[in-house]
Amino acid sequence: MSAAPQLAVEGLDVAYGDFQVLWQAALHVDTGEIVAVLGPNGAGKSTLVNTISGLLRPRSGSVAFEGQRIEHMPAHRRAGAGIAHVLERRRLFPFLTVHDNVLLGAHNARARPHREETLARLEELLPLLKARRAQLAHTLSGGEQQMVAIARGLMAQPKLLMIDEPFLGLAPRMVQEIGALVRRIRDEHAISVLFIEQNVELALRLADRGVVLESGRTVLAGASAQLLRSAEVKRIFLGDFAL
Amino acid sequence: MTLLRVSGVTKRFGGITANRGITFDVAAGELVGIIGPNGAGKSTLFECISGFYAPDEGEVELEGTRLTGLSPDRVCRRGVARTFQKLRPFQGMTVAENVMVGALTRTRELGHAREQAHEWLRRVGLLEKAGAYARTLSTGQRKRLELARALATGPRVLLLDEVTGGVDQRSIPGLVELVRELHAGGLTLLVIEHNMRVVTAVAQRIIALHLGEVIADGAPAAVTRSPKVVEAYLGQAYVT
Repeated sequence: MSAAPQLAVEGLDVAYGDFQVLWQAALHVDTGEIVAVLGPNGAGKSTLVNTISGLLRPRSGSVAFEGQRIEHMPAHRRAGAGIAHVLERRRLFPFLTVHDNVLLGAHNARARPHREETLARLEELLPLLKARRAQLAHTLSGGEQQMVAIARGLMAQPKLLMIDEPFLGLAPRMVQEIGALVRRIRDEHAISVLFIEQNVELALRLADRGVVLESGRTVLAGASAQLLRSAEVKRIFLGDFAL
Repeated sequence: MTLLRVSGVTKRFGGITANRGITFDVAAGELVGIIGPNGAGKSTLFECISGFYAPDEGEVELEGTRLTGLSPDRVCRRGVARTFQKLRPFQGMTVAENVMVGALTRTRELGHAREQAHEWLRRVGLLEKAGAYARTLSTGQRKRLELARALATGPRVLLLDEVTGGVDQRSIPGLVELVRELHAGGLTLLVIEHNMRVVTAVAQRIIALHLGEVIADGAPAAVTRSPKVVEAYLGQAYVT
């Protein structure tokens, strides 16, 4: 069976004023896949994910989700359609409790009626949500904040969860925990995951596939095992001499 | 001839050691690239050299004279200028006035400073913007302004923090050419650069930092092939 991909991005040009960042960027995510977006600093990784979630509008190109074109849809409707976006540096409301932060994720019309049962399910996945329920978000550790940010994304009942740098600034043990959490989200909850990560090997050990951006272009895509052996990945990150 | 000497520079922030025993010499006329993954300590090193931070240990010398302990303006007068990764022009001043601030570290005459400012603006290709307010410039133009302001202080060593960072792809070749010209004119440069294509193209020598330490120092080809550098950037899987 060769079903259409769940998410298909094609020919994306994105600019901030006259500063064009993405040039004909393309990627796809199949249902149930974990896909990593890789690339050196400033390659356009966050811009790509922000355009998929609707925080940015493309100058041209298409974003299709479950067969429907969404590039002109406002961000909140994309969330309603099943795309959740966990922002870089978590962006929790620091002076709201863990509980209130998480509930805010269930704002869309599809998720709101089920929010109590979704929360109950998430509390099994992430016991911290119950244990730290009344604690203010800013008093959590970085790893705990990342878990709460992911939980907030999951409250929207997404079909695709996008995470911008899930491991940023985390201790090695926390990196493992968040990695395991991402796998369970896919394995047990059948949610596809698209994530950005700076650490190439770490990302590819978690993802099924990787897409590599270089100076705003998606220059390479493939299975993780294949990219882990790729000389081209080395060239993109370390230059021509590295080969 | 050694112009700049960095010996055993260590800088800690609470439990984090951002620079640990960093040691290297820079000869007069060298163009040295500083690379390293996010958080390697590159900008902290620049802060320590330029006097914005006092290192906890170690010292920095310019031609045998100690710079460590001097305030940033004194370090600048001794001949070490820098640009910033986050651009910091004086927003309410014109482009020419911004550069005059640099020139006034060398002269007290406004007329002379203005002449020099215009000369540097011409060199960096920003002369037609001399009368515009700094806040109206694009990112690429602000990078050029930063360069002109630093150059106007008459440095012997120029520290460039991410000269191509956040700049439109189309503006990069022009900035690279400018750095090459400055080097060809005899200036000694230390260049922090994320864009590996840029740094391997302009630098004769690259120093790689990772987690606050020097992990490689040498010719671009040798450094970017070094197992420690490959591991720091990509992971053990890519070390062949």
